[in-house]
Amino acid sequence: MIHKLNRFHGGLHLPDHKAVSMQAQVTPQPLPKQLVIPLQQHIGAIDEPSVNPGERVLKGQLIARSDAHVSAPIHAPSSGTIVAIEARPVAHPSGMPAACIVIETDGKDEWTTLTPCADYTQLSPETLRQRVHEAGIVGLGGAGFPSFIKLTPGIGKVVETLILNGAECEPYITCDAMLMQARPDTVLQGAQIMLQAVQARHCLIGVEDNKPTAIAALQHALQALNDDRIRIVPIPTIYPTGGERQLIKVLTGKETPTHKLPIDVGVVCHNVATAAAVADAIIEGKPLISRYVTVTGAGIGQAHNLEVLIGTPMQTLLEECAARNVPDMQTIMGGPMMGFVVEDLQAPVIKTTNCLLHQTKPQSQAALPCIRCGECMRVCPAQLLPQQLYWHARAKDLDKTQDYKLFDCIECGCCAYVCPSHIPLVHYYRFAKTEIWAREREKLKSDHARERHEFHLQRLERKKQEDEERKRKKRELLQRAESPDDNKQDAIAAALERVKAKKAAQQVAPQNTENLTTAQQAKIDAIESRRKTLSNDSGQDEGQ
Amino acid sequence: MTSTLPNSSPYTSAPASVSRVMLKVIYAMIPGSIAHVYFFGWGLLINMTIALMTALLAESVVMQLRKRPTLPALFDGSATVTALLLALAIPPLAPWWLPMLGSAFAILVAKHLYGGLGFNPFNPAMVGYAMLLIAFPQNMTAWIPPHELGNTLSFMQTLDYSMVGTLPANQTLDAITMASPLDTLKTQLMLDTTVSQILLTKPVFSGMAGIGWEWVNLMFLLGGIWLLLRRVITWHIPVAVLAGLGAMSALAWLIDSNHFATPVFHWLSGASMLGAFFIATDPVTACTTPRGQLVYGALMGVLIYIIRVWGGYPDGVAFAVLLLNMAVPTIDYYTQPRVFGHGGK
Repeated sequence: MIHKLNRFHGGLHLPDHKAVSMQAQVTPQPLPKQLVIPLQQHIGAIDEPSVNPGERVLKGQLIARSDAHVSAPIHAPSSGTIVAIEARPVAHPSGMPAACIVIETDGKDEWTTLTPCADYTQLSPETLRQRVHEAGIVGLGGAGFPSFIKLTPGIGKVVETLILNGAECEPYITCDAMLMQARPDTVLQGAQIMLQAVQARHCLIGVEDNKPTAIAALQHALQALNDDRIRIVPIPTIYPTGGERQLIKVLTGKETPTHKLPIDVGVVCHNVATAAAVADAIIEGKPLISRYVTVTGAGIGQAHNLEVLIGTPMQTLLEECAARNVPDMQTIMGGPMMGFVVEDLQAPVIKTTNCLLHQTKPQSQAALPCIRCGECMRVCPAQLLPQQLYWHARAKDLDKTQDYKLFDCIECGCCAYVCPSHIPLVHYYRFAKTEIWAREREKLKSDHARERHEFHLQRLERKKQEDEERKRKKRELLQRAESPDDNKQDAIAAALERVKAKKAAQQVAPQNTENLTTAQQAKIDAIESRRKTLSNDSGQDEGQ
Repeated sequence: MTSTLPNSSPYTSAPASVSRVMLKVIYAMIPGSIAHVYFFGWGLLINMTIALMTALLAESVVMQLRKRPTLPALFDGSATVTALLLALAIPPLAPWWLPMLGSAFAILVAKHLYGGLGFNPFNPAMVGYAMLLIAFPQNMTAWIPPHELGNTLSFMQTLDYSMVGTLPANQTLDAITMASPLDTLKTQLMLDTTVSQILLTKPVFSGMAGIGWEWVNLMFLLGGIWLLLRRVITWHIPVAVLAGLGAMSALAWLIDSNHFATPVFHWLSGASMLGAFFIATDPVTACTTPRGQLVYGALMGVLIYIIRVWGGYPDGVAFAVLLLNMAVPTIDYYTQPRVFGHGGK
């Protein structure tokens, strides 16, 4: 059965450099002495540590979580003692250190009690999602978005197709390919669990056709499984076919509208490694504490894939793979097209670390002016006009960049790759995006400040009025005190007024005073007499 | 402009460069230029040399004045392409100052006064050509006939004329030069003859188009197709230019074949192929969106025809290019491609 494929605009045929790290089997990385686990390894709210320094933890034990919806808990990758919770260098484009839990491992690698599930088909979608959440699973393709959210279609949303992304379109990276080769059954089990969680009709596993071994392994495993809902689809090797929206287009022909999610076109898309992690979490009860990492590049002696505990310092991985340590080398986390340079190699492997690419820094070529040749436009998978975006970003004409749909740019780097003038185009787009975000934050802040300022002015105004009122009253009082005659006359006038009023009141018969009982009449008389004495008293007072 | 790359992704790039692009354009001009020299003599080479030297000198002087790196600008090849295109547009038998003036004007005024490479709104070679045509119409319209019609000046004789303005003893400029085929057709049509009569009776015509011109155009077509195959240019602009020119001439020819020449005549005359494949496709000054390029090219083809047939100039390519250059920002703005995820199916 041939699956009909579609094309997305542009894209590149890149030299894939994958074979070099595919020769050896995946080897487990030896247990490091110290594990450094950042509290933020996912998109969403940062986790709060639920352990304290000095505490002993077991492998797989929960060590940090958050109450926020968009978050993923974190577990101890091995048994040992918490020695610190402090800021440590982490792999982040900003190069800033971040809060981490540091575990001194005890070498026993002692598991906490796990709750495996022999027959997940008995579990409801809600339970499955809950367990995926509790296992701390995030998108392992690189984005790190909490997976249980993407397994929650939402009210009224029907999932037609579950897509497993095994494209792995970036050059050099082979961790997904190795996973599909080494553990095809787990990937397929993950697919089945996810199918149940989102109640999808069928599942397409898209794998670029430069990974024939992985495709064969999956197909072999699928035959044994005999699940006709799942289909393995080899797709053409075109970068960036592994981009979520690009892959959806290729496999289903559907174009996800910009401001919507894949779910809005009836598709849910997960990475194959995420699927395997889901299978491990549901069937064996294991949380996400390790992953495959490709260590490769021209500066690596023995490029291969390692199974690495989260929290392992990157430096130890490079040593394990015989990295050449000469000047002008740099280590990139991720691939050469979308990765970023890790400044401090003490930074740990986190859930989204798929590849360490160790190579010489590219020769910096002077950028020439744009000659508007349009190569960038021809390769742009978002069908943007990169040359126009560049022009306006460079001029800091941020409104124009948004006219030209800056935020549809997925920063895949195709434009910069082909640019004959060697202009770092993506850099300009990131710059423009950051500027726009900053501007919006600034606007929010200034709106807030303006409101506060207006309130402040109002308060001042009110206070001023109140003060003046008070002063006026005071002045009046003072004036009265200063002229006692006036005061006396006022009092006389007021008394006259009261007398007049009393007379008027007496002339008008009260309506509810007829037909009274004797007791009521007595009460009223008592009140009246009291009133009389009172008014006489006050009259006397006033008279003084 | 930053001079070094910031250290951010992508960390790899294709081996493309501006100079490679320009070099391919220069290669593609070779067949047409050879045909040009074969039919119209050595003048082209002399003009090319003068224009090229002037352009490179002007480029380096400006870069020095602007305190910018000079060598990359000389080697990016863009000044070279400008100079060569201008030389191809100038009559082969021309005084030395003609290509020099045009080339200097192209680089200094049309290119660098607007900010240099990538910033000039008008095609520099065509600005240079237009300036020369307006300032020195006599020199610019005095084409020498192909060698079949008695152009037998040797290289040294041509060089002599270029440098000091002297011709062999028994020859005068008026005797040697004549109007170009396009010019001839236009002036003859005013004398109440028909196109077919003119093509048959006037010696500059081969029966289909001007002698030599058809070959020059075919050779530029060949170079242009090579550029297409090497993906230096896309098909949009050249095809649209030739289609616009072809549609206009076909329409007129079908209405009155006595007074209007065939599409083939127009395609193979003047600077049609050079314009369609080499001048209109200058990336800096042309439209950049695919649909915009079609509009740009088609309008250019129509304008070339209108200026050729009803205008006062021998050919319409230069003015059509310059007029369309003005329309580029507008055309580009209204022909943006649909961005992925915006209003698709």
